[in-house]
Amino acid sequence: MERITKDDVHPKIIEALLGADSDITVEDALENEMILNMGPQHPATHGVLRVVLRLDGETVIAAVPELGYLHRGYEKMAENMGYYDFIPHTDRLDYLSPLANNVSWVLAVEKLAGIEAPPRAQYIRMMIAEFARIASHLVAIGSLAMDVGALTVFLWTLREREKILDIWDILCGARFTNSYTRIGGIANDASPEAMAKAKWFIDQFLPNLDECERLINKNRIFIERLDGVGVISAADALEIGMTGPSLRGSGVEYDVRRANPYLFYNDMDFKVITYPEGDSLARYFVRVDEAKESAKIIRQILEKMPEGEVLANQPKKVLPKKQEIYSRMEELIHDFMLVNFGINPPVGEIYSAIENSKGEMGFYLVSKGEGHPWKCKIKSPSFSNLQALPHLVQGRMISDVVAIIGSIDPIMGEADK
Amino acid sequence: MELKETILKNLKEKFPAVNFEETEFRGELTLTFDKKFVVEVCSFLKENTELQFNMCTDVTAIDWAKRKNRFTVVYQIYSLSHKFRLRLKCNVDESDCSINSVSSVWKSANWYERETYDMYGITFNNHPDLRRMYMPEDFEYHPLRKDFPLMGIPGSLPLPKKD
Repeated sequence: MERITKDDVHPKIIEALLGADSDITVEDALENEMILNMGPQHPATHGVLRVVLRLDGETVIAAVPELGYLHRGYEKMAENMGYYDFIPHTDRLDYLSPLANNVSWVLAVEKLAGIEAPPRAQYIRMMIAEFARIASHLVAIGSLAMDVGALTVFLWTLREREKILDIWDILCGARFTNSYTRIGGIANDASPEAMAKAKWFIDQFLPNLDECERLINKNRIFIERLDGVGVISAADALEIGMTGPSLRGSGVEYDVRRANPYLFYNDMDFKVITYPEGDSLARYFVRVDEAKESAKIIRQILEKMPEGEVLANQPKKVLPKKQEIYSRMEELIHDFMLVNFGINPPVGEIYSAIENSKGEMGFYLVSKGEGHPWKCKIKSPSFSNLQALPHLVQGRMISDVVAIIGSIDPIMGEADK
Repeated sequence: MELKETILKNLKEKFPAVNFEETEFRGELTLTFDKKFVVEVCSFLKENTELQFNMCTDVTAIDWAKRKNRFTVVYQIYSLSHKFRLRLKCNVDESDCSINSVSSVWKSANWYERETYDMYGITFNNHPDLRRMYMPEDFEYHPLRKDFPLMGIPGSLPLPKKD
């Protein structure tokens, strides 16, 4: 048996830890420090995020996030399929708010192709995007609380989310991967039943959210695990490229819905929630308050919802209705052309972003006038928020890493594309 | 738009030697210029008090496949005070497949440039940590290049061997 002396024990350990399949190298010798591998299969890293931590005792000296365990190459796939065909794939990006991604994609394609959806479709899009935000924030709040040890909150927020999924079920027939939007509108009009259920949900949501909040807002363990943990200043957060609730938790008032309004957000009355502290607790409060603001927006949408068509009447760009295809020649020809050759937007490039539940979700599309994009870049908020992770965890304990990951709420499907 | 003129006026005053080619599509302004000046132009756009492009939203590249300058590196930047998006583009040829890194200007460009390097094989000079973002480090190809097949290359990702 090979005898290991005291001198070569460290290289052996390092070699064993960072085996042949790893691409992380530790350059300087470790004296009292330890390398700890966290993830990719770790319940608190919210998916397949791998973080390699360098520890002194229990203090994190450095952290290196490793991404790519869920990389499916959606950008490559988008370059090889039509604009319509990519809609179901956007569901799989941020799988906690699939409808917001659908909206983001069709808005980008409509901007590129010069299509405008009818007002009712835009209102419904706004409604589903806000429902997606509430659903995603509920999961974020619940799993953050679970990460720091409060299990009940998770069950209660997921109960609320379940009701939203039921509304989606009535709305578009799917609970999770919805693919509800279409280029030029939405797949089918929202039924009165769905509207009634949405109204019912909004009426009972705020008291129920309040109940969840009362479980933890004054809970000493919850507060102390998050208060002052993972602090990032406004300037640093901007510099590192954070967006969404994580940025607003540092006191920067940047919300795409207000800064560069899309759909009808200009007509809506809502506040952009900011908290100046920049710690994990502030990010939690931003999410809770944003869910309340979203409920307020949905209430206004339900009041203002106009009647009318939900699909634009531009036969050369937008798929016509089925009954028209079967009964009229022109529509049949257009349908054939659209299905076989795509919508062929003019040569050009656009960047279109919406405020997703995680931050600024955008698509950069380059068209060469063909049926499929020449280039599609997904700007995913989880990716840019995760970039701040090494900065946030530096000098904190291992247990804080879990709380910090929970508070920036990354979704690996989106970060890894 | 007033701000578009301000940007161009400021840039032309500061960099008389650089040729800024401007294009506009659907109200979005794009400036194309020589890749040699990318760091200077970016830091000027960020530091200038009139412009303040303090957010780098995204860095990516386009592979034009058969063109002379095969790649175009694209920067999406945003001015928080003006609520204005600007797109910067620099052409990169395959024979000299590198460009200076702007991660010294915006820290957020760090990961975006790593991703671009991973996907297109464009080297970013002076980058603090130029590793692959998604693919394994020993992967030989750059998946978003147009000559990489959609179905992948068999055997390019080695599976763990049995002892």
